[in-house]
Amino acid sequence: MSDLLELKNITKTYSRGLLSRVSTIALNNVSLKLESERPTIMTVAGESGSGKTTLAMLLLGFITPTSGQILYKGKDIHTLRGEERMIFRREVQAVFQDPFAVFNPFYTVDHLLTVPIERFKLAKSKSEARDIMYDSLSAVGLRPGDVLGRFPHQLSGGQRQRINVARALVLRPKLLVADEPVSMVDASLRANILETLRGLQKNYGVSIIYITHDLTTAYHIANSIIVLYRGNVMEAGSVDNVIKSPQHPYTSLLIDSIPWPDISRKWGETAIKVRESDIAEQTAIGCRFSSRCPKVMDKCKQSPPLFRLSEHQAASCFLYDQHPSIEPEKLSDLLPV
Amino acid sequence: MTPVLQVKNLQVSYYTDAGRARALDGVNLTLTAGAKLGLVGESGSGKSTMALAMMRMIKPPGRIEGGQVIVDGTDLLTISDEDMLQARLSKIAYIPQGAMNSLNPVIRIGAQMMDAIKAHQDQSTSDWVSPAEMEKRCKQALESVDLKSTVFKMYAHELSGGMKQRVCIAISILLRPKVIIADEPTSALDVVTQRQVMETIDRVQEQIGAAVILIGHDMGLMAQFVDKVAVMYAGRLMELSTVEQMFTDPKHPYAQALIRSLPNLENKGVFNGIPGMAPALLQLPGGCAFHPRCIKAMEICTTLRPEPVTLSSGQILECHLYSENA
Repeated sequence: MSDLLELKNITKTYSRGLLSRVSTIALNNVSLKLESERPTIMTVAGESGSGKTTLAMLLLGFITPTSGQILYKGKDIHTLRGEERMIFRREVQAVFQDPFAVFNPFYTVDHLLTVPIERFKLAKSKSEARDIMYDSLSAVGLRPGDVLGRFPHQLSGGQRQRINVARALVLRPKLLVADEPVSMVDASLRANILETLRGLQKNYGVSIIYITHDLTTAYHIANSIIVLYRGNVMEAGSVDNVIKSPQHPYTSLLIDSIPWPDISRKWGETAIKVRESDIAEQTAIGCRFSSRCPKVMDKCKQSPPLFRLSEHQAASCFLYDQHPSIEPEKLSDLLPV
Repeated sequence: MTPVLQVKNLQVSYYTDAGRARALDGVNLTLTAGAKLGLVGESGSGKSTMALAMMRMIKPPGRIEGGQVIVDGTDLLTISDEDMLQARLSKIAYIPQGAMNSLNPVIRIGAQMMDAIKAHQDQSTSDWVSPAEMEKRCKQALESVDLKSTVFKMYAHELSGGMKQRVCIAISILLRPKVIIADEPTSALDVVTQRQVMETIDRVQEQIGAAVILIGHDMGLMAQFVDKVAVMYAGRLMELSTVEQMFTDPKHPYAQALIRSLPNLENKGVFNGIPGMAPALLQLPGGCAFHPRCIKAMEICTTLRPEPVTLSSGQILECHLYSENA
């Protein structure tokens, strides 16, 4: 059985202008794998500029990698044509960050849901199309009567975001790429949307790639996590390992900076060493994080490989060079499903 | 201590084609110098309207319909437009939500900061500040928010989101205001930058001794930053407690639900969302606006709006559950 999705040594560089030789490495040699048999929720975490969204765009086929291959069910997504391409387009769906920007204000919500049904000829009759719509709306916890026939401005952010999930669900996807789906939604509604996403994975067998900078929500819904910094994998493993006992200095910094809703747990255990204004240029060689790392060593001028720390945790940091190193391609074997 | 900010019975309505929406319905607040207050609530609960009303920046179809905003002894709602222009930034400053969009892209950061000082210069008096002195003050402000003074000569696009947000903080403290209102100052930033920005606000606030109102819906941020939390719902202040009381012993059912909905590391995979949705301001439910979503709703809640009561613990509540305890 081939894997649902496989990224093989993906690198994406953006070059600036025609003549400039300066280019930004948005993703550097990232490999990962999702099995089709066992649906999972994988988090890709990192701050802005870490390459999270580039990864989402690559997965969806919106941009092409500079090197490496993205295989969907064993086939490179950029060679898919005709029917196969339609299947890929149907089975890989996305939910984006801003629930206010993706709706066309001139159409009712029905339009957003009927277009994919018509486009992919999912229903033979109008009543069948309506059933599909009703089913997927109920699946995300909305009462169809509440939202159908309404215009986007009549709905709350949380409702809109759930309609986006419902739209993806109409197509019976195998993979959902959720790029910061809750960051613009009120804290009190986040829980509902995350619950919905987790229900999709459990009840509908949809694998989800959850892209976020919010490690608390990641902890709650995901099985595995990959932490990116400037396009490089810093740490990866099961969410329990990585979030409860982060090993990489960058992951520790991220976790220390979470504003915990707990008055006994204040910020400030690890100080932020370098303010970003002091980082002159991207560190081109060596560990990308070395310029901000509190534990930087001479060795860090070279690029650290991934070291396998335990069954479900790996970190790319020389602090752990007594551990066996692993090839980036083997990283997904560490990730629990 | 004498309060630096007193908001009394503030009322704001928006007049739309569909009717009158009461965005703020009689809000009372008091802040002393150096206090840090968090204002939380869902979208549409009136948090930002509150900030704009205090700055007298409500635009039509919105209208301030009553109440007082007393800063340092002056009621801002009664002074002339010219005086209000002077009061903004020198008495009360505002850090807007999307810092990325509030700086002018074609004017250098320094020039924008100098504008702020120039606009508040009184030509008639003798405390005229020379351009060189102004530049010095601006650079000091930049340094106090951890930016290099070279930022003075830069344009907004040369800065990252967190840096732009800190420029906005630098501008807001230029004239040492008594009150700083920060409206979701970190909502577009990631966690590390968010922490830097909040630590910056914390430090400069201490330096100039201003009172800060932090608006947001992130309870985690409130726990880290503020001393007191005010929970808003549908234009009313539901509960006002110290941060300790809010996180250990919230009283109002809505505040309790808010605290319960927070994710933490102990209960993995347990989500406690608040059922239902925020009410539309155009058709507010009668009585207490929260009663359709409230698990402790009583008969009286559907008909009579609760009035604020102060408990012996100092918490101020608008809820019938506590009406007798007053």
